[in-house]
Amino acid sequence: MIAVVAGGASVRVENCGKTFVDGTRALEPATLDIARGETLVLLGPSGCGKTTMLRIIAGLELPDADGRVLFDGSDVTSQPIERRNVGMVFQSYALFPNMSVADNIGYGLKIRGVGKQERAARVAELVALTNIAGLENRRIDQLSGGQRQRVALARAVAIRPGILLLDEPLTALDAALRDRLRGELNRLLRALGITTIYVTHDQSEAMELGDRIVVMQKGAIAQIGNPREIYFQPKNRFVAEFIGAANIIEAPVENGHLVLPGGRQPIGGAANLEAAIAMIRPETIGVVEAGRAPLTGTIDSVSFIGGRQRMVVSGACGKPLTVDAPNTVTASAGERIGLSIAPEAVRLLPAED
Amino acid sequence: MRDRLIFVGQLLFTLIVAAFLVVPAILSISAGITVNYFRGISSGITLQWVFQVWELYAGTILLSFVIASATLAVTLVAGVPAAYALHVRRGRLSRIVEEIITLPLAIPGLALALALLLTYQGFSDFRRSWVFILTGHVIFTMPFMVRSVMAVFGTIDVKTLDEGAASLGASPWRRFRDVIVPNAVPGILAGSLMVVTLSLGEFNLTWMLHTPLTKTLPVGLADSYASMRLEVASAYTLIFFVMIIPLLVAMQMFADREQAR
Repeated sequence: MIAVVAGGASVRVENCGKTFVDGTRALEPATLDIARGETLVLLGPSGCGKTTMLRIIAGLELPDADGRVLFDGSDVTSQPIERRNVGMVFQSYALFPNMSVADNIGYGLKIRGVGKQERAARVAELVALTNIAGLENRRIDQLSGGQRQRVALARAVAIRPGILLLDEPLTALDAALRDRLRGELNRLLRALGITTIYVTHDQSEAMELGDRIVVMQKGAIAQIGNPREIYFQPKNRFVAEFIGAANIIEAPVENGHLVLPGGRQPIGGAANLEAAIAMIRPETIGVVEAGRAPLTGTIDSVSFIGGRQRMVVSGACGKPLTVDAPNTVTASAGERIGLSIAPEAVRLLPAED
Repeated sequence: MRDRLIFVGQLLFTLIVAAFLVVPAILSISAGITVNYFRGISSGITLQWVFQVWELYAGTILLSFVIASATLAVTLVAGVPAAYALHVRRGRLSRIVEEIITLPLAIPGLALALALLLTYQGFSDFRRSWVFILTGHVIFTMPFMVRSVMAVFGTIDVKTLDEGAASLGASPWRRFRDVIVPNAVPGILAGSLMVVTLSLGEFNLTWMLHTPLTKTLPVGLADSYASMRLEVASAYTLIFFVMIIPLLVAMQMFADREQAR
């Protein structure tokens, strides 16, 4: 295995906001700590400020006046990217068309004055690590999308950066390749053990790669947590709906039960509420015979998606409920079914978004 | 059958148009190597006019190439970074500067020359030297260099390439040298091609700015047409032709090769 700076650097983003010259606020002042060796994913829809945050950490954008960026505790706010010793993978890869694959990977080392032999050895190491052996002398325009992605990663890692920054590195690829590379990238990042900040709008990427996920919305941090927390305990409706599929139900509460058109659904905790906004993940809803669960509804449609089947059930609550049932359940549209939901699976969200 | 007729028709038309353009050049060149043009080619073929022109105008021809090279050097050194700066900075000031650089395209050479003369006639050493003509040529050719380099910058993602190089630790100068310029080569070549040919062939501005000691090829040509026999002037055309064609072909080949890569 390849030797790396153990764990890389820790990062602290302190009160960093970004207002562009034309007055638009791209990022509300935010504070974020990223531990040495951690993989942090910035996740959100386009325009949520995730890329701006990444560019501030990279040194490609200056934060507004009060903001500071610290690497391993030392202030790097005023240093441009070329002095921060970060590795960066761009969405469009930014590979140099005038250089071969090997020269691209070795460029950062050349800048650092690393001798030819040592450079060649390091390039060979990375070529092997990223599975692009045989492409060393190719020109960039002779590479496929997936190969370019690997070269970009190899180039960013070659300089043994303290922090690796990836800006939607898989977005430019087609779906099948994206899934495969995601797995590869995950193994690689784990092997490198370097502090990594990864920007994406794809929640499954975020789930698979992130030690922690920062969900961003309209230039502000909506929630920070590990993938399980983000998925099962979303802090608000936006996070619940952005990560995975979610049924959001607004209903009055009586004695610890949601009062729904199809019956009464028990909820855990919070007994003294009058009304609630609740989130229920489709796969936490069990399909049983009508009458064997407190909640009943009618199946509107069933779509078989291989590993599971997605049902839309109406009449149970105010709006159609999405249910992911195992593919062994036989049920067809028009049938009345019972819905069994564990009280813990009902997540109450704050009334205010 | 019908396709064949159309093809022959098109071929004939093309040949006629080509002949319309090429024949005068051939006539002029052949005039330069005939003993007596009015008696026609039957009077014999000679190189005496060519040698005569070379004796008379060798200095002029040399100066033309010196000025063209100097013009190229100045437009490269100033124009390429300028194109980069104008591309990267998208503000209003940049657009104004871009307009100013482009302005000489719209202003007649005579007017440019007049302005230069009015402004610098007091500096007599400058006025008398070939650097004065160089100034005019740089003003006149700069938009071609800046525009063609900017056109290439428009087709590559300069900002991301620059940021990519910066992320690997390259200083602004290294980035410009290692990444920006090599990727702008097609535009730089196209610009160079135009700058050199325009500088070599520029007449009206140069004619206003020249002194008896600072003549360029086209000014010398006008001079020979005005003051010498037709054969001499035609021989001059021949020399002009021989000098500029290989240069054009070489640059074109270079540009093609770059494009094929």
